Amino acid sequence: MIANYGYKDGSGEYYISIDTDQCIDCAAGRACLGACPKQMFEIITDDYDDEVACIKEANRRTLAFDCADCKPAAGHDSLPCTDACTPGAVRHSW
Amino acid sequence: MSNQAAAPTSPEKKEFWRWQENTWVDESRDWRDAKILTCGIDVGSVSSQAVLVADGELYGYNSMRTGNNSPDSARNALQGVMDKCGMALEDIHFVVGTGYGRVNVPFAHKAITEIACHARGANYMGGNQVRTILDMGGQDCKAIHCDERGKVTNFLMNDKCAAGTGRGMEVISDLMQIPIGELGPRSFDVREEPEAVSSICVVFAKSEALALLKAGYTKNMVIAAYCQAMAERVVSLLERIGVEEGFFITGGIAKNPGVVKRIEKLLGIQALDTQIDSQIAGALGAALFGHTLMMKQGAAKAA
Ligand code: SF4
Ligand code: SF4
Repeated sequence: MIANYGYKDGSGEYYISIDTDQCIDCAAGRACLGACPKQMFEIITDDYDDEVACIKEANRRTLAFDCADCKPAAGHDSLPCTDACTPGAVRHSW
Repeated sequence: MSNQAAAPTSPEKKEFWRWQENTWVDESRDWRDAKILTCGIDVGSVSSQAVLVADGELYGYNSMRTGNNSPDSARNALQGVMDKCGMALEDIHFVVGTGYGRVNVPFAHKAITEIACHARGANYMGGNQVRTILDMGGQDCKAIHCDERGKVTNFLMNDKCAAGTGRGMEVISDLMQIPIGELGPRSFDVREEPEAVSSICVVFAKSEALALLKAGYTKNMVIAAYCQAMAERVVSLLERIGVEEGFFITGGIAKNPGVVKRIEKLLGIQALDTQIDSQIAGALGAALFGHTLMMKQGAAKAA
């Protein structure tokens, strides 16, 4: 399943997509959990009883702000979460 | 004769936004004949539904406005449909809670997200050709892809603001002083289609609508402009995950042709039809999940 967390507002679209099929047998040892400096990832049991990563509820409406320190504008050329998730399950829309 | 003057009565305030609450049971069947009875309770921010499923088929439902707290709303929604068919809570084998208040349904055996429940409910209501679901709920919007069994494959939810939701439509209804059920048909009663309002934010809706009326718009034109803006907004949400054939709309706004027809026009596809109340999709999906779980447990009630 592709789970999209985030929103669209007047300034743009801010979604983090997680391909949760990759999380079931995560080949990266759940590296997303430790990689995110804001601890935005957590592991949940989804509606189909699979253990998958998701973005915490508290961050879903503030992604543009929460992720700002990791983005190119802050001097980075890659994101800790996408780098850590070697199966390539995590994508950002902006 | 009394000299006492009659107390002044204030004119009754009409609630234009108030949508039709609804209770239905399948009179052609008797729930006592069913081996498995399950219930889905969807406690949303605006409306609450209780759906009964007998042996995997829709048996009855009650849809009403959400009250002050989730447990009471869940109890009242269920009581409404149980009263109609002489059922008691003890007769139900499994209850699944869903929606915004799903963890506050005191008698639920399990809570399942509304994303999964809407997909499952839409699969039942629209058939196994349903692939793209748009749920326009009271205070959020969801775009969902599912497979032929109603299992979610992709989803996106916007709950950051009430624009493009049932609550937004209620605000417009009150503002225009037109019953909510008439908004859709009236939105087509315009000489030419106006441009969408620039903001469907419920906070700005009032000032923008008043400005349009001042500028010479009729009420119907304002409604049309608002319906168009809502349609454009949810289509942009849908386009984020893509739209596949087998398009189905759930939630209260599915009953508003002013928004639905405009969405269909923008997407260039028609939504699948159903005879079942679009507002019960989440609770129906929850009850169907309950049925599957009971089947898995092999705990069918002895005939
Ligand atoms: S997001 Fe990536 S690292 Fe995290 S659990 Fe899923 S597959 Fe593993
Ligand atoms: S960009 Fe940074 S803050 Fe945002 S989710 Fe990735 S690691 Fe966390």
